[in-house]
Amino acid sequence: MGIADFTFYVFALVVIAAGFFTVVSRNPVHSVLWLILAFLTSAGLFVLMGAEFVAMLLIIVYVGAVAVLFLFVVMMLDVDFAELKAEMARYVPLAGLIGLVLLMQLGLAYGTWVTGEGVELLDAPQGTPEGAAHNTAALGALIYDRYWLLFQMAGLILLVAMVGAILLTLRHRTDIKRQDVLAQLYRDPKKAMELKDVKSGQGL
Amino acid sequence: MDISFFDSPLGLALIIIAQCGMVITFVMVSLLFLVYGDRKIWAAVQMRRGPNVVGVFGLLQTVADALKYVVKEVVIPAGADRAVFLMAPMASFVLAMIAWAVIPFNDRWVLADLNVAILYVLAISSLEVYGVIMGGWASNSKYPFLGSLRSAAQMISYEVSIGFIIIGVILSTGSLNFGQIVAAQDTGYGLFGWYWLPHLPMVFLFFISCLAETNRPPFDLPEAESELVAGYQVEYSSTPFLLFMAGEYIAIFLMCALTSLLFFGGWLSPIPGLPDGALWMVGKMAFFFFLFAMVKAIVPRYRYDQLMRLGWKVFLPMSLAWVVIVAFLAKFEVLGGFWARWTIGG
Repeated sequence: MGIADFTFYVFALVVIAAGFFTVVSRNPVHSVLWLILAFLTSAGLFVLMGAEFVAMLLIIVYVGAVAVLFLFVVMMLDVDFAELKAEMARYVPLAGLIGLVLLMQLGLAYGTWVTGEGVELLDAPQGTPEGAAHNTAALGALIYDRYWLLFQMAGLILLVAMVGAILLTLRHRTDIKRQDVLAQLYRDPKKAMELKDVKSGQGL
Repeated sequence: MDISFFDSPLGLALIIIAQCGMVITFVMVSLLFLVYGDRKIWAAVQMRRGPNVVGVFGLLQTVADALKYVVKEVVIPAGADRAVFLMAPMASFVLAMIAWAVIPFNDRWVLADLNVAILYVLAISSLEVYGVIMGGWASNSKYPFLGSLRSAAQMISYEVSIGFIIIGVILSTGSLNFGQIVAAQDTGYGLFGWYWLPHLPMVFLFFISCLAETNRPPFDLPEAESELVAGYQVEYSSTPFLLFMAGEYIAIFLMCALTSLLFFGGWLSPIPGLPDGALWMVGKMAFFFFLFAMVKAIVPRYRYDQLMRLGWKVFLPMSLAWVVIVAFLAKFEVLGGFWARWTIGG
């Protein structure tokens, strides 16, 4: 067993353990932290496969942004753990059934799995061959040259989703005072102050 | 020396561990003097003396402080989540430290010469927010929690503009590797060939975003002592606090290294005839740290809504527009490829 194999098994075990604890943790914040560990180790698996660009994106997008949002929401929630546990106990049979069905499907799919000739060569980590385009560059060429239309459409769909989310939550409140930074910057003493000559004993 | 020993897995592992040790030693030793320098510069601006008792000119003050932190008792609040509470400072310190693995100090003087080095740094710095969030949440106390929420929002906001500014540099170079980015700045004109000139407006944006990203004054709202006592660090004492503190300074120093690599030619000499070398790199890092310290000394703290407005309504549109502009300038090789350096570096 080489170092690459050993690292693979370590990462794989950690991913599975982290996924398990994500589900069984009592505290939702701990669940999210375990989920982050699972993301990080799967990034490690991507690096082992030689897909370092995908690994870095996984960390930046999922761990750096998405998981932070999860954590935000979960930390702010006032969760009643006892109630949550009771709910969970009610759905355990159904969840077990779904899990069993999925397991059987996986078993059926992999039971008839036939490996082709020379496939074990692909098992080893693939370095970029000498002289070939680096895999980040290759990915860029593929996305921006060949599949540019699909890529743009995916972006457009995300944009529409974002506009929708903003539209749903946007309220223009008229009962609050807003700050106009430009107006503040262009204020000068002449406009902001007025000097009054107050006679003594009279006041304004 | 037996050459074959260093080709065996054990020998390679030993070499890598020794190299890591060298980088860690460099960072930790500079950390000692950075904290000292920070305090001295701050003191000088305010016409105080600063640390001057321990060692010559107070040089060993940081060592004394570190020792004091280590020997004190670790106090863990009764309501705290113990595991997460202790993990937070460790995460903060370790994440700040491992980003140094891809920072080159000279041509090919780097622990891991990754092809996606910039993305790695970006990924690690996006993880650094977890130290703060975990610390604030696990303390189970109001002020740390408020501080950590602020900090998380702040760090994520400014990461976006840092990312866009870096994309501009990547577009100019055509590579994500630090070595090639620095090589692309080696045009034979000394300091006028570096990226600060073609990417001039972004240098300032990057510097300010770095301040916000590392929670340095004037953007140190997570620990704004006048409102939040000390933000997410309130409940921390002794070694965990030391780790938070050290992680913060290491992240700042990393940002200095990034600024000098991306915009100021890394280890290249500013004057064409002089030899390039690691000393230039360290000198530039020290200079940018000096700027960080000066900003801390002379700029008053931002208000939180101003900070968010600056990040989302000023920096984000500007850096996004700059990406588009650089893309055109590089594509059509304006000014003889001033923005397109693929032939030199990548």
